[in-house]
Amino acid sequence: MPTDEQYQNRRRNLLSGIVVGVGVAGFVDEVVFHQLLHWHHFYDRSTPDIGLVSDGIFHAVSWFATVGGMFLLADLYRRRGVWWTRWTAGLLLGAGAFQLFDGTVQHKLFGLHQIRYEVDLLPYDVAWNVAAAALIVVAVVLLLRTHRASASRK
Amino acid sequence: MHPHEAAPGGSLVVVIAMLAAVAVYVGPAVANRRQRPWPAYRSVLWSAGIACLGIAAAPGLTGQVTSFVGHTVDHILVGMLAPLLIALSAPVTLALRTLDPVPARRISRLLGRRAVRFVTHPITALVLYAGGMWALYTTDIFRSMHENTLLAALVHVHFFFAGYLFTAAVAAVDPTPHRHRHAYRAVVLAAALAAHGILAKFLFAHPPAGVSGSSAEAGSMLMYYAGDAIDAVLIVVVCGQWFRATRPRAAATPRRPLIRFPQPSDR
Repeated sequence: MPTDEQYQNRRRNLLSGIVVGVGVAGFVDEVVFHQLLHWHHFYDRSTPDIGLVSDGIFHAVSWFATVGGMFLLADLYRRRGVWWTRWTAGLLLGAGAFQLFDGTVQHKLFGLHQIRYEVDLLPYDVAWNVAAAALIVVAVVLLLRTHRASASRK
Repeated sequence: MHPHEAAPGGSLVVVIAMLAAVAVYVGPAVANRRQRPWPAYRSVLWSAGIACLGIAAAPGLTGQVTSFVGHTVDHILVGMLAPLLIALSAPVTLALRTLDPVPARRISRLLGRRAVRFVTHPITALVLYAGGMWALYTTDIFRSMHENTLLAALVHVHFFFAGYLFTAAVAAVDPTPHRHRHAYRAVVLAAALAAHGILAKFLFAHPPAGVSGSSAEAGSMLMYYAGDAIDAVLIVVVCGQWFRATRPRAAATPRRPLIRFPQPSDR
């Protein structure tokens, strides 16, 4: 059962987790796939202008989210309101939703860039989006648990 | 041959101007010590900011005339790093604290003027800052500034003041006529970050007039990553201000130990 402080900050726990999750997913994507593996690149010249703009906004938001979300967590910590189950649910939800959006809308619908080039894309796309879906499923399970714990307060 | 032989007089002028700028700040800061101590780190920030301007202004030091990478180094020093360091050194607060009442009151009255309020508004500052960057690199101004020394100087003056206005509006260390909420400033900062990132990537693919593909790529990557690093500092400043401002009252949250061991009364 959550403490009073955890219960009062249930939304902030979720929000902080989501924000850090989006930031971390964006960061991992950029570091691992762009910079270490060189699977897709800094800027793919063949992409349309909308890709450039959406990438830029995405990067700005994820960069901000990484720092801002940690400050939100620090705020919860000093309020004795950290509820790790709920925070982790937010983290996985944010990361999973980001990855699913990237894998479906950015890769497929807009065709901004693909995961890799000159290979059969299907296994990569399946792995990418199934991993994203798995993160979301685990997040929902954790969220339901905190809901039940909150309900048991009454 | 001496590397600075091209313009020894120019370098001397820059050094004298830098020393004067540092003295203008550090002098009153130290002299004021007895009344209310002024933190030494702010003097260090100011001096570092002036040094950035000096490095960029020194003739031929960063190779700004010959290469796009050199130009980008100047861009970052004048438009981003120096404004950040100088804004964090809180020069207006120091001036209000150390000046006589009459000029100090004049400054605070000036800050309240409608025109000044307009220019220091975060969105106006953002437009001047990001709009100036886009205008420079996507029009003929960039080519012209390499033929016209006066225009080049004007561009750098604009870079610095737009960068300073923007940083001061977002970081809000000095007193401002109307301080905007943290979330408001965070959104403006994120917009600037996006504008900068998009421009850097745009230049990667579309070099400005007269710049070769490879040097445009090197320069725009530098712009991208250095911009991120400096914006990260700004994000931490804004979030840190929010963190301090929303500190819970001691009465609202009774202090509890982080780890609570079972007590006999629990049973």
